[in-house]
Amino acid sequence: MSTETTAVLSERIAHRGVRVFSAAVLVFLVAPILIIVPLSFNQSSYFSYPLTGLTLGWYELVLGSPEWRMAILNSFVIGLSATAIATALGTLAAIGISRPSFPLRGVIVPILIAPMIIPIVVVAVSLYLVFAPLGLTNTHSGVILAHAALGTPFVVITVTARLMAFDTTLSRAAASLGATPWEVFRRVMLPQILPGVATGSIFAFATSFDEVVVILFIGGTEQRTIPRQMWAGIRDQINPGILAMAGLLTVFAVVLFLLIGWLQGRSGAPAR
Amino acid sequence: MFNVLKSSRRMLLMATGVMALAAPAVAADTLTVVTFGGSFESAVDKAFFVPFTAKTGTNIVKEDYDGGLAKLRGMVEAGNTTWDLIDMETNDAIAGCDEGLLQKLDPKLLGDTSDFIPGAVLPCAVASMVWSTIYAYDTTRLTTAPTTIGDFFDVTKFPGKRGMRKSPKVALEWALIADGVPVKDVYKVLGTPEGLDRAFKKLSTIKSQVVFWDAGAQAAQLLADGAVSMTMAYNGRIRVAQQQDKRPFAIVWDGQVYDYEWWAIPKGAKDTDAAKQFVSYASGPDTIWKLSNYIAYAPPRKSAVPQVDKAVLPYLPLAPDNFKNGLQIDAQFWADNFDSINNRFTTWLSQ
Amino acid sequence: MSAREATALDGVRSRTVDPRAGYRAAQRRESMRAFLLAVPLLIFLAMTFIVPIGKLLIMSVKTDEVANAVPKTAALLARWPGPPALPSRQTFEALAADLQAAQDGGTLASAARRLNTYEPGFRSLLLKTVRQMPIAEGEQADEALLRIDRRWGEPETWRLLGRAAHRWTPDFLLTAMDHRVGVSGAIEPVEPSQAIYVGAFVRTFAISASVALICLVLGYPVAFLLATLPARQSNFLMIFVIVPFWTSLLVRTTAWYVLLQPNGVFNALLIRSGLTTAPMALMFNRTGVLIGMTHVLLPFMILANYAVMRGISPAYQRAAVSLGAHPALAFLRIYVPLTLPGIGTGAFLVFVLALGYYITPALLGGAGDEMISQLVALQMDRQLNWGLAGALSVYLVVFTLAVYVVFNRLVGIDRLRLG
Repeated sequence: MSTETTAVLSERIAHRGVRVFSAAVLVFLVAPILIIVPLSFNQSSYFSYPLTGLTLGWYELVLGSPEWRMAILNSFVIGLSATAIATALGTLAAIGISRPSFPLRGVIVPILIAPMIIPIVVVAVSLYLVFAPLGLTNTHSGVILAHAALGTPFVVITVTARLMAFDTTLSRAAASLGATPWEVFRRVMLPQILPGVATGSIFAFATSFDEVVVILFIGGTEQRTIPRQMWAGIRDQINPGILAMAGLLTVFAVVLFLLIGWLQGRSGAPAR
Repeated sequence: MFNVLKSSRRMLLMATGVMALAAPAVAADTLTVVTFGGSFESAVDKAFFVPFTAKTGTNIVKEDYDGGLAKLRGMVEAGNTTWDLIDMETNDAIAGCDEGLLQKLDPKLLGDTSDFIPGAVLPCAVASMVWSTIYAYDTTRLTTAPTTIGDFFDVTKFPGKRGMRKSPKVALEWALIADGVPVKDVYKVLGTPEGLDRAFKKLSTIKSQVVFWDAGAQAAQLLADGAVSMTMAYNGRIRVAQQQDKRPFAIVWDGQVYDYEWWAIPKGAKDTDAAKQFVSYASGPDTIWKLSNYIAYAPPRKSAVPQVDKAVLPYLPLAPDNFKNGLQIDAQFWADNFDSINNRFTTWLSQ
Repeated sequence: MSAREATALDGVRSRTVDPRAGYRAAQRRESMRAFLLAVPLLIFLAMTFIVPIGKLLIMSVKTDEVANAVPKTAALLARWPGPPALPSRQTFEALAADLQAAQDGGTLASAARRLNTYEPGFRSLLLKTVRQMPIAEGEQADEALLRIDRRWGEPETWRLLGRAAHRWTPDFLLTAMDHRVGVSGAIEPVEPSQAIYVGAFVRTFAISASVALICLVLGYPVAFLLATLPARQSNFLMIFVIVPFWTSLLVRTTAWYVLLQPNGVFNALLIRSGLTTAPMALMFNRTGVLIGMTHVLLPFMILANYAVMRGISPAYQRAAVSLGAHPALAFLRIYVPLTLPGIGTGAFLVFVLALGYYITPALLGGAGDEMISQLVALQMDRQLNWGLAGALSVYLVVFTLAVYVVFNRLVGIDRLRLG
């Protein structure tokens, strides 16, 4: 009897403990971002509280400077182009992989996933080695190709996962009713896997959008993206302008988060 | 579903369209100039780049690096030089010329070469200015003012972190000076194996207290953040921080190590003619002194000194008050030994 | 009409002749069709990923710089028996000729740099020698070279030249493990003052393992809470995990860079609360690296464990408790083993991602915290030593793949799900 009460008591304490501990960890996760964002509205250029006054000046500074504008444009140009390539190639490959008849799965799948696993510095140095003689260093094309390669595993994984849940009898039924392979893909398969394709492409975009090591090695001034510009800023002169950019990127992160949640809602799967 | 499909297709089209737009690389009339970045870059921009572009229409693309020849060697070997003009330190300008990484410079571009101070014209490069490595501290954070190189190495009397460039240059010279070697004998001692050991040994005494930086701008940043109590720095950067950012920094000129800075055109530069035109322009007697008005580095032409803003003069490396215990870097020593000593330095760093 | 009937009949006939062969052929066609869909991506990855990495890894054992720059000397040195004798006069003559040709052909600089990796000062020796070429009429090549620099009279100089002239070399792979081939031809450890890479690998592993462990300790309870709370609360708290997950790595590293400064927000808080009087050193040291990397990688750990825990019915544990087990014991014996796949996936992800970290340690670490990635970058950025960059990459990739294979065996890579 008494052991039971201590057991219940200790369970209650343990539950309380888990809650308090988890709350602390969750605070640790968001605190840096929450502390940084208000500082980007601070009038003084020092990074300390209390705020001396509110201003949008740092945001104006960032959005008005030609360097940051170019970085923002580059980030989207490179990110969207790389995503387009990664999505097209990755989706096609995923359709192949998910067929039961796919040969050498044990060899090919790890190869397709490898860009996610291999340390990024190794990728960056290797790309310099090959791209420099081809004249692809310091070009947009070079960075786009590199980022597309880094993004493909995400598309392959999400689309394959989606296709595994896809009922193949549907496409067989469509084919037996006289649909061409293209029609089967377009009308039966694509609508089914589209949420997976979209999720994968968002991951691929985010990969490119956040990538800085490859750009450090194979990109030049003309290819500076937002993270590359932030890297320069940290090493150069940290002013609240960088924090303003960080604030904008955080908002962007929330948008991506909502987008993924919405896509998963559509696909009927619970959020992550 | 159909809407999503349509919009995603539009996105794809847009992306490929944007890619096509982005594809054409740097147009023909641009000059890629590589400097040490930060406030030096903005000074060069105001003094030379903007007026040069206004005069010739040549667009200048600014890149930055932290010195050294590795990047350039990589480009030249790959046969794809993406730089047109480089701002270099002396030992790199000498070694780069020896190795065939730089183009020979026609002295005719420079006009009257006798107007340059001695040693300011090399086979592959021409001096752009005279700068100095000094150390600086934040006057609001230190109660007693340090005055010598010895003080920089004295972490008991002056506690706190030290900022130093991630390079053996100047670090080893200072280590010897702090260890009691007179300024005039520094390279004599450093040239011997025992002297080199001695310098590393002295440097090791403060290693745990040192924050190493790569880019020149980081030095002032570390000091401003309070991450270090004193830092090795390039004098011009500290002056800019004092003047423009109103930082309470003070410079210790004792044991300053000064050096020339150079313009050099790399082998395989895409637009050699524009680069030459720029060198000629920026080295001209009517232009060269302008840099000093934006950053406290001295012009290497005799005729240029009187034109510099008088208010700037006391902050230049060669001003008499600053020069009492100064040392010119032995560039030939470093051109010959940089790679081997730097190897040892890198090893020492990661141990 | 009849022709079509005939072919149809042919088909029927052939099928009746050997039904298995036809089935196998169809299967092969089907298999080929599936494979073709993956071909565009494979070709693309071959160009942008496999070939480049392969090339870098090959550079760790293949080195042509010296062999290409001094071909005649290399051929002669291959036949030279080695120290203590000096090579033949012919070899000296060949070197004098080779050096001049290399200077004109532009291959000397890279050869000199390659030789410098063996013996600092080799570059200046070669450049000094070639500056005094050609040799005056009537002077013998060996005399001339010895006059230019007495190092040409040392067999060790020639031994190193001979080693460097081999197109295939184990030397970079040895250097990356702090070993070398000594004068006697045996493999020996380098002097302790030169040894850095083994230490750096150990450090990289130690940092990655620490981060994985810290993430597990911090993340496991959070994942448990999220998996057991009612959906509405859990979905709300999930925002705290996912928004940082989607926030740029640079933003988060920048945030810590600002927060951890000596006069930053964090130290101000510590001082104001009276916990310390002087600012604590929280960055440019190991503390900064661990804080930054843990923060960046923690969401992976939480999400991996959450995915597994959500699928575990609380009924198991309740059953154990109702059968008289102490809740703590039931948790440890029943619940934790069920979550092992989550722990495995989370630990794998965090550990493998941490192994290759570059940005966060570069910005928040100090001189003693360099991870292997930073040394690879340094070899390329500062030394342009492709061989050593390649060799360090070989080990890093091999270690990473080893962890990957172990994980695949124990947990299964198909557990890796996104979104």
